[in-house]
Amino acid sequence: MSEPIYQLDQVAKAYEGRQVLSIKHLAVQQGEILAVVGPSGAGKSTLLRLLNFLEPPSSGVIRFMGVRFGAAGSVPLSLRRRVTTVFQRPVLLNRNVQANVAYGLRLRRQQRGNALVEAALQQVGLEAMARQHARTLSGGEAQRVALARAMVLHPDVLLLDEPTANLDPYNVRLIEEIVCQLNREQSTTVVLVTHNVFQARRLAHRVMLLLEGQLIEVADTTTFFESPEDSRTRSFVCGELVY
Amino acid sequence: MEEIIQGFIEAVRLIASGDPGLVAIIVLSLRVSGIALLFSTMAGIPVGSLLGLSRFPGRKLVIALLYTGMGFPPVVVGLFVYLALSRNGPIGQIGWDALPALFTPGAMIVAQTIIAFPLVAGFTMAAVMGVDPNLRRQVRALGATRAQTVWTILSEARLGVVVSIIAGFGSIISEVGAVMLVGGNIEHRTRVLTTAIVLETRKGNFDLAMALGIILLALSFLANAAMLRLQGKTFDE
Repeated sequence: MSEPIYQLDQVAKAYEGRQVLSIKHLAVQQGEILAVVGPSGAGKSTLLRLLNFLEPPSSGVIRFMGVRFGAAGSVPLSLRRRVTTVFQRPVLLNRNVQANVAYGLRLRRQQRGNALVEAALQQVGLEAMARQHARTLSGGEAQRVALARAMVLHPDVLLLDEPTANLDPYNVRLIEEIVCQLNREQSTTVVLVTHNVFQARRLAHRVMLLLEGQLIEVADTTTFFESPEDSRTRSFVCGELVY
Repeated sequence: MEEIIQGFIEAVRLIASGDPGLVAIIVLSLRVSGIALLFSTMAGIPVGSLLGLSRFPGRKLVIALLYTGMGFPPVVVGLFVYLALSRNGPIGQIGWDALPALFTPGAMIVAQTIIAFPLVAGFTMAAVMGVDPNLRRQVRALGATRAQTVWTILSEARLGVVVSIIAGFGSIISEVGAVMLVGGNIEHRTRVLTTAIVLETRKGNFDLAMALGIILLALSFLANAAMLRLQGKTFDE
């Protein structure tokens, strides 16, 4: 593994005095797929928001590509634009599919937008629907548009927040394949939040468990599932209700 | 029924004749209401967006005042503007030529701007608040700046924003009390369609009053249709 793309030290996040995330140390390696698992309310989505710089941490330091960010100060736009997120529920603009996929490129005033959009739509299998209005899409199609909209930006880091929850097996498989392809061919670093331990096992190089905002364990996928160090990880992997 | 039919005939005759007095009234009506709408839109959309998108101390009070303004009787607005612009009023006594004086189109524009502003701002705020709150987070995650985020949300709320402008326009093009008070309905200077209708009705010229009313309705319809076209929507949607 190469240099960590993210390094978190003593990072905590609190809302109205209630701490929801506290990570002593975490390094996300460049080009890896890191799955974040844990029950609801464990702080997984909060972690993604911090990694996408949508919110600052309450305390601690996040180093991204060697640049240090803390509770105060804003993240330069050029760095923020190296990361993007696909959320569980795709929020599409009230426009057609093509305009939705091109949205991020337009924000960046990027040339050659049409060719990139076409390529991204082809990759998610929606090139025939380019002119279709977003509100006519099924849930799976909408999520594929959201993925294409993120992919077209060629981000260094792709954050996925339960991207396949509530999708049918066909769309789940398609999205998983695209994510793996992105990681393999473009070395995109992927942080995947999922409730689905099987999905984490299928896709991730490493898996981490969050419980009540605490990082319990992070290990390579085989170790995490077959010989975890922490008893709580063992219980979680076995599907026992630990919290 | 007789008056309505006669009114239609008279309206067609007046329009066809291109009566200069009528044209001047129509032009002044559109000029006063158009400029007032422009000012209220320029102020109302940013204020509505700010109230819809941000949280700050006193926001609820501002919203309550805005809602009050939406239901404020235009004639009371006219009274306030009258008092403010009169010789002894806070603005009138400044005495600058650049400030609008009573019984001029400028005073009518001030009154109509104040009438339309809360409607434009209030409906814009409601439209912006109606946009999926997750859109803001998604747009930011895709790398939008703060200004790009606001523009995208306004663009998503465009139907409501256009409705806010239409509501503002409707409230002032058909308004009579305030323009009567601050404009004075002076022939060739401050006479607009609504004040002309009042005058002709009082004189018993119901045909002419009805004709002016029909022209006012037609203008209002055309302006609204144009705004809907601008918005890129058809009436079927």
